[in-house]
Amino acid sequence: MTVAPGTMDRRDAVRSLLADRGELLVVSGLGSPSYDVFAAGDDAANFYLWGAMGGAALMGLGLALARPQHPVAVVTGDGEAMMGVGGLLTISVRKPPNLTVVVLDNGHFGETGMQRSHAGLGVDLAALARGAGFTEVVSLGDLDGVAAFRPRLRDLDAGPHFVILRIAAGEQERALPPRDGVHLKNRFRERLGFPVD
Amino acid sequence: MNQVTRDPEIRQDTDWPLAIFGALKRARVRQVSYVPDAGHSRLIALAHQDAAMEATVLTTEQEGVALAAGAWLGGDRSVLLMQSSGVGNCINMMSLLNSCRFPFLTLVTMRGEWAEFNPWQIPMGRATPAALELMGLTVMRLEEPDEADEIVTAAADLAFDGGQQIAVLISQRMIGRKKWVSQ
Repeated sequence: MTVAPGTMDRRDAVRSLLADRGELLVVSGLGSPSYDVFAAGDDAANFYLWGAMGGAALMGLGLALARPQHPVAVVTGDGEAMMGVGGLLTISVRKPPNLTVVVLDNGHFGETGMQRSHAGLGVDLAALARGAGFTEVVSLGDLDGVAAFRPRLRDLDAGPHFVILRIAAGEQERALPPRDGVHLKNRFRERLGFPVD
Repeated sequence: MNQVTRDPEIRQDTDWPLAIFGALKRARVRQVSYVPDAGHSRLIALAHQDAAMEATVLTTEQEGVALAAGAWLGGDRSVLLMQSSGVGNCINMMSLLNSCRFPFLTLVTMRGEWAEFNPWQIPMGRATPAALELMGLTVMRLEEPDEADEIVTAAADLAFDGGQQIAVLISQRMIGRKKWVSQ
């Protein structure tokens, strides 16, 4: 099966998705998704991964289970999501109602030279998520669709959602968030009211 | 096939999984993730039965490392249960613990070190302590059932109060021989 290439600008798509974010907690996958989330507006409630490939969605699960009163979004790429594909099964059996996994799908490994990824070679990510058992699986190809979906990110009782943003492949200027993991951890926990000791 | 019965000769009367569970509860551990192991089966059942705990079955052990980091971000203490063969699956993901100094506790049941019948378990079992140490974890050993409470309590304190990454290796001798055929 061939997946039609996406056309959305990734920065526009993520900026639209995260507008009016309220109490949303965000974990971003390494590479461009971390840059996109940072470019949309730095926030102590963002945790930018710079490594741990394949772990973003599971980090979101641990966070969502710990903070059921907060909506949690994982924003990652198709390559990162598929490295952790087993984690999608783990999430779907737990069914955290406050978690959304957002996958920026350009069908390529963007950070490493634009090699085609499994999604770009025909693996149907939406079918994978449906098969895993996600409550809702949505594939969005334009900014109107993103804006219409945006309020669902704040659901506390209807997830887990799985959202694919079909974005254009192509280089963007890098927007580099802080790389100090201890700093990112501490400011995130401070935002939630935990003492840094 | 009877795969998980303990050898009656080997410490069948000990209650160490219950002691570990008590130590984890007193340490306020709320999330438990695991790839199943016969040696952990009772602890896993106890975690699932406890309404105040979140027990998560994983498809691979490295998911548990990322899950633990997310749990800590959200204010939860957690523990990852696995067997020694799973340690190798975690190696790169453990960079996350190191880079961000996430407190981390894992309880590892050992294979390949005591009366092991399956040669395929031996390489990773033998490499387990060094692999964990290479990634910056502190390795503790639980060899005697009577010490389960004390050692797991100390490990949890080191992890969550001392901000360390701790692996407690549970001796295969404590778990007993795996039976491969019905008698």
